[in-house]
Amino acid sequence: MKSRTRSLIIALIGSWLVLFGVLPLLLLVVSSFLGQDPEAFFVLRLSLDAYRQLIDPGYLEVLLRSVRLALITTACCLVIGYPFAWLTARLDRRSRLLVLILLMIPFWTNSLVRTYAIRMVLGTQGLLNTLLLQTGLIDQPIRLLYTDTAVILGLFYLMLPFMILPLYANMEKFDYRLVEAARDLGAGFLATFRRVVWPLTWPGVLAGCIMVFVPTMGLFYVASLLGGARQLLVGNLIHQQFLNARNWPLGSATSVALIIMMTLMLAAYGLVLRKLAKRSHAP
Amino acid sequence: MKIVRWLYFSLIFAYLYVPIAILVGNAFNSNRYGLSWDGFTLQWFVAMWNNPGLMEAAKHSLAVAFCAATVATVIGALAAIGFTFYRFTGRRMLQGTLMTLMMAPDIILAIALLVLFVMLGVSLGFWSLLLAHITFCLPFTTMTVSARLQGFDPFLLDAARDLGASESQVIRRVVLPLLSPALIASWLLSFTLSLDDVIVSSFLTGPSFDVLPLKIFSMVKVGVKPEVNALSTLMVALSLVLVVISQLLLKEKEHAR
Repeated sequence: MKSRTRSLIIALIGSWLVLFGVLPLLLLVVSSFLGQDPEAFFVLRLSLDAYRQLIDPGYLEVLLRSVRLALITTACCLVIGYPFAWLTARLDRRSRLLVLILLMIPFWTNSLVRTYAIRMVLGTQGLLNTLLLQTGLIDQPIRLLYTDTAVILGLFYLMLPFMILPLYANMEKFDYRLVEAARDLGAGFLATFRRVVWPLTWPGVLAGCIMVFVPTMGLFYVASLLGGARQLLVGNLIHQQFLNARNWPLGSATSVALIIMMTLMLAAYGLVLRKLAKRSHAP
Repeated sequence: MKIVRWLYFSLIFAYLYVPIAILVGNAFNSNRYGLSWDGFTLQWFVAMWNNPGLMEAAKHSLAVAFCAATVATVIGALAAIGFTFYRFTGRRMLQGTLMTLMMAPDIILAIALLVLFVMLGVSLGFWSLLLAHITFCLPFTTMTVSARLQGFDPFLLDAARDLGASESQVIRRVVLPLLSPALIASWLLSFTLSLDDVIVSSFLTGPSFDVLPLKIFSMVKVGVKPEVNALSTLMVALSLVLVVISQLLLKEKEHAR
């Protein structure tokens, strides 16, 4: 059954996705292999200069520091978000809905506005310092803003729902009778967690970690508003190469590195899912 | 145990809401630097209203968000219909592209589109921004509508066709009305995503087209501006309204089942 409407729909979505999805990503990869030219963004000459610059120790150090910050953020989100998602999934329907809505409101609130709000808490005369001074825990305001800690606190603040929601989606389906069975069979709290709960929630953990880790590296405005003068995240490097240094090939090469990292993580995720599916089908 | 649980929930929600509360409080604080409470005022809202640059950027942002949400919802709905009901060559590849667009960090899409627009000679401004915003909203609208189509009875389509409806009539008279909650939810989500975006906008807008997030970004970097508190408070209120509407829609969806 062919019809004009059908062909029109397919042509529309096909051309949109190819023109604004596939083609730009291909061009991005191509431009990372071009020569640099400060006047014309890049020159049509094949070169590996951008990748050579990328593995320059100074540049590499920034990349690694950025990966480290993103990893710490992901770990914090996981440690705090995991019990949160678990407890939410165990609530009754009404309270569960309330908790989820309370979680959605910040999630839908402009992330720049929230980054700005964090500054009011962390500033020298912000809420945290005022509280600590008044309770006498410190007698000098501590410098929180413009540190790595501030960046991590800010990223954690923005990304926590991205960890909790996939975890919750996974745990909502969790059959709690498995925990009861493990308890009945004499497993303690730790053994139940390690042998029953953790393996079954592992796909949710992985999904949450990918959802947090990958976008975190690109959030340059968090690093510029909360971090120090040093460029902290991969996003800041790309931003700088494209908008200030005008070294588009290097900016593109950095993005290609980010894409490769993301692809590897997704491949790992797929592998785990397949392994789990195989295990549950085994006799 | 119960107390521990509620303490834990309260701590997390305090972390999520206290910064927002301080921001909103300061929007009504007559103390310019928000260090102590000097009394209630609406002067920052007036100052915001009288700041032509800010209002101009707000108009631009709302225009882009409105158009992007509308177009992304239309194309997303058509894509969801196409992927669910039609089998065609390249379908898997297109679905893969959509997934990639959703998973890829915003910054990658932003510079990929920047390279494309520069090569095609598209000047940066309203149009480049609109095309980019439609593209990054598209996976979300397609997914939302597809989820709604999962529970869709395919016999309804056959019945309509048997009764002599053309393909476009089937879509207009049968599929789209049934999809309306998902369409509104998609529109609201896209609208918020577009208003929220800093990363894509910072690469794809030209010097003559300022949008709200970039304006806020540059104002905040310079220092404390109480007008920004007022503006941010309005944006928080807006997202509150949007979440409530979308939740009501989801609830309605549950009732319909």
